[in-house]
Amino acid sequence: MNILRNFLTRCVYALILLTAVLVLNFSLMHLAPGDVADTISQSMGGADQEILDQIRADYGLDQPFIVQLGRYIGNVLQFDLGYSFFYNMPVTELILQRLPATLILVITAQLLALTIGVVMGVISAQKPNGLMSHFVTFLALFGYSAPVFWTGILLLIGFSLHFQWFPVAGMRDVTIEGGFWVHFVDLIRHLTLPMITLASVFFALYSRLARASMMEVLGSDYVRTAKAKGLSVREVVYKHALKNALSPVITLAGLQFSAVISGAVLVEAVFSWPGLGTLAFQSIIARDTPTILGILFFSALVVIVGNLLTDLALRLVDPRVGGKK
Amino acid sequence: MKHLVKGFVAATALAALTATTAIAEEPVRGGTLVTVLGTNVRNLNSAVQSGIVTGYPGAQLFASPLRYDEDWTPQPYLAESWEVSDDGLTVTLNLVKNAKFHDGVPLTSEDVAFSVDVIKENHPFKSMFAPVVSVDTPDAHTAVINLSQPHPALLLAMSGQLMSIIPKHIYGDGEIADVKAHPRNNVDTVGSGPFKLVEYKSGEHVILERFDDFFIEGRPYLDRIVMRIIADPAARAIAYENGEVHMGAFEQLPRIINRLKKVDSLTVTSEGYGAIGPLDWLAMNTGKDGPLKDVRVRKAIAYAVDKNFIQNALMLGTAADSRTGIHPDSPFYNGDVEDYAVDLDKANALLDEAGYPMDGDSRFALTIDFGWPDVKPQVEYVKASLKKVGIDVTVRASADFPTWAKRMGEMDFDLSWDTVFNWGDPVIGVHRTYVSSNIGKGVWSNTQGYANARVDELLEMAAVETDVAKRTALYKEFQEIIADELPVYHTNTLPYHTVYSDKVGNPPLGIWGTSTPIDMTYLKE
Repeated sequence: MNILRNFLTRCVYALILLTAVLVLNFSLMHLAPGDVADTISQSMGGADQEILDQIRADYGLDQPFIVQLGRYIGNVLQFDLGYSFFYNMPVTELILQRLPATLILVITAQLLALTIGVVMGVISAQKPNGLMSHFVTFLALFGYSAPVFWTGILLLIGFSLHFQWFPVAGMRDVTIEGGFWVHFVDLIRHLTLPMITLASVFFALYSRLARASMMEVLGSDYVRTAKAKGLSVREVVYKHALKNALSPVITLAGLQFSAVISGAVLVEAVFSWPGLGTLAFQSIIARDTPTILGILFFSALVVIVGNLLTDLALRLVDPRVGGKK
Repeated sequence: MKHLVKGFVAATALAALTATTAIAEEPVRGGTLVTVLGTNVRNLNSAVQSGIVTGYPGAQLFASPLRYDEDWTPQPYLAESWEVSDDGLTVTLNLVKNAKFHDGVPLTSEDVAFSVDVIKENHPFKSMFAPVVSVDTPDAHTAVINLSQPHPALLLAMSGQLMSIIPKHIYGDGEIADVKAHPRNNVDTVGSGPFKLVEYKSGEHVILERFDDFFIEGRPYLDRIVMRIIADPAARAIAYENGEVHMGAFEQLPRIINRLKKVDSLTVTSEGYGAIGPLDWLAMNTGKDGPLKDVRVRKAIAYAVDKNFIQNALMLGTAADSRTGIHPDSPFYNGDVEDYAVDLDKANALLDEAGYPMDGDSRFALTIDFGWPDVKPQVEYVKASLKKVGIDVTVRASADFPTWAKRMGEMDFDLSWDTVFNWGDPVIGVHRTYVSSNIGKGVWSNTQGYANARVDELLEMAAVETDVAKRTALYKEFQEIIADELPVYHTNTLPYHTVYSDKVGNPPLGIWGTSTPIDMTYLKE
C-alpha cells in the first residue's frame, strides 16, 4: 500500500516535471535567433526571401510564441510529437526509427562496462595497493578523462586503418548478402569499436565504485566474522561481500542506463552510428525544433521512468530502502 | 571565355573529341560503387530541394533535359536536340522517344511542363525560371518553353540537378505547392534517371540500382550505387584510405585533403566544381553607417589582408585564387582585375585619406562575424592583419548557423566571412549578391547593402543577352567594377575536392561534379 501510494505521488511529480521540461525547452529554443528556415535554405545553397517566408508560413513559424507553444503542448497531449520540418517526417516515427540502434549500442556497452568494471573493481579491492589495483585505477582514470571522440578516432586509426579488422562507420555493410548469421557477424564487427569506446567511460565509473564499496564491505564486521569462521577468501569475497557491495553499483547502473542518449551522442557522431544521438546532434545543427524537443521529451521520459524503476528495484532488493517513516 | 566561344562555334567537334577520350579505356559493366555523403539527405526530390547533398542522388534518380561536358558545352540528355528562337523568346525541346520512368510509364512533354511548374513554385532559386511564362506541349515529345524575355541562363538551368523532370502521374495528385512535402520524395521515389531507388534510410544510406530501361542504351555501367552517410570528416578519410569507400566529393578540410593526396591508391582532385562554383570571401557591410561606406576603407582592408597567407598557410595550398564573384573555372571569369597584393603602406595611406587618422595605435573599431567553425582561422587572421593598420576588430561568434544567418539577413554586421555558390549561370548565384533590388533579403542575398546603378544595369543586360561574346563583355565590366568597389573582398575558392580510388573509372569530374548522372562511371576489375 505504502509502495503504491508512493509510486502514484511520484507519477504526479513526473508529469509536472515533464510539462516543465516541455515549456522550458520550447522557450529556450524559441529564444535563439534564426530558425529552421535558415538551415533549410543553407542545405539548398540559399533561397529567395519569398521561399523563406513560405517555409515559415507552412510550419507556423510566423505565429506568435504563445500560439506556437499552445499548439505544441496540445499536440503532445495527444501523443503527437509533431512533424520534423527538416526530415519531412513525423518526429515519433523518426525517433522510433533511430531508437533500436542506440539501444543496441548503449545496452551492450553498459553490459560490457558493468561486467568488466565489477570484476576488476572486486579484484583490485582485495589488494588496494597491489599492481593490479594501480593498473585498474590507471585504466579507469584514462577512460574517464580521455574524450570519447578522441578514444574513438584512436581506435579507428589503430583497428580500422592499420589492422583493418573493423569497419569505419555505420551499423551494417549494405553490400554483403547472406542469412541471419552473416548479418549478425556484420553487426558485431560494426558494433565492436563504438561499444568499446562508449564502455571505456562507464567502465571507469563502475570499477571505481565497485572497488570503493568492496573495500568498505571487506572492512566490515560481518566479513571479519566470516573470515574468523575459517571460510575461504573466495567464499567470503564472492558470497558474502559482493552481494552487499553491489547495491550502489546497481543504483548507478540504473541511473546511467536511463541517460541513454546523452552518453552516446559523441560516440555515435564519430562512428556514424545511426542512432538517436546522431539524430539529436543533427537536429540541433539544423535547428529542427520539433525533433530536438521530441528527443528531449523522450529522454526526459526515459530518465523519469528509469529512476522510478530503479527505485522500485532497490526497494525489492533491499528492504531497508524506503522503510516506514 | 575562350572555352565558351570556341565551344559554341565548334560544339559538335568538341563533343566528339571528349567522347573519344572518355571511351579510350573500355568501361566494365557491373559492380557496386560505394560512395559517401557528408551530411544526411533531407529530400531526394531535386525538383524541390537544391543543394549538393541532394544533387548527387537526385541526378541519378531524375534526368534533366541537358547535360554538360567538361568544357561548358551543353549536350543532349532527355532532350535529343533543342532550339532557341532568334528573338530568344521560345526554347523548343525535342525529347528522346524512349524515356521511361522507373515504374514503366513513358516520359512525355506533359511531365516537362509539370516539372517546370513545380520547380517555379518550390525551388529556392526563383531567378532560374522567372522569365518562363508557360510551357506548350504540341505533342508528347516536344516541349516549348515560352519566355517573357530572352533568358540565356536557361541552358545551364536545364542541366545538372537544377531541372529534374519528375513524373506528373505521381507528384500531380495534389497542390503543386505541396510537392516539397510529398510522401514519395523519399519513399519509392520514381524518376527517369540511370538509377532507381532501392532504399533510403535517413542518417544511414541511400541505395540505388541500375535502371534496365534507361533511355541511353548500354548505360549505366554500374549495377548499384551505395551512398553511405558519414558525417565525421576524419572517419570518412579513414574509410577512403582502407578502401571501404570508393569515392566521395565535397571534401574541404585542407589537412585531410593533403593527407589523402599522399595515399597511393587515391586520387584527390579539385576538378568538377566549376558550375557549383563555391567561393570564400570577406563581406563588408557598405549599407551601414560607418567607415565601411567609404570605398577607400574597403580597399585598405583588402590591402591589409594577405590572401596569399589565407590560401597557402591557412588552406595549405588547397584553395585557388579568386578575384571576383564568378568562380575561376567559369567561362565568364575575368581574372584581369586588381588582386590587392598585401601592401600595408598603401592601406595606411588610404585610411589616412579617408579621414581616419591613427590615434595612438588605433583608428576605429569593427566587428567580424562567422557562421561555422571551419573558418575561424580566417576570421582570426583578418583580425590580426587589420590590427597592423590600426583597425580594432572584435570577433563575434555565432552559436550556430541560424544565428549567423539571421544577423546576415538583417545586415547586422560590419565584416563577415562568407561562402557563396555560383550555381551554374551567374544569373542564378552571382547576381543575388550585387543587384540593389536584392538588398537585405535574407542570408546570401545582397547582405552588403551594395548599390551601384551601373552594376544593376550591366547585370540586367547580361541576363537577357543571348550573344555569348557580348554577354561575356558585360560580365567582364561587371567584375572590374566590383573588384574596384569591393562590396566583398574575394580571397579564394572553397577547396572542395573529390576523392576516388584507383578502382573507379571515369569519375564524374564535369562542371557539375557529382550532381550529374554517373551513368558513365564504372568499376575496374
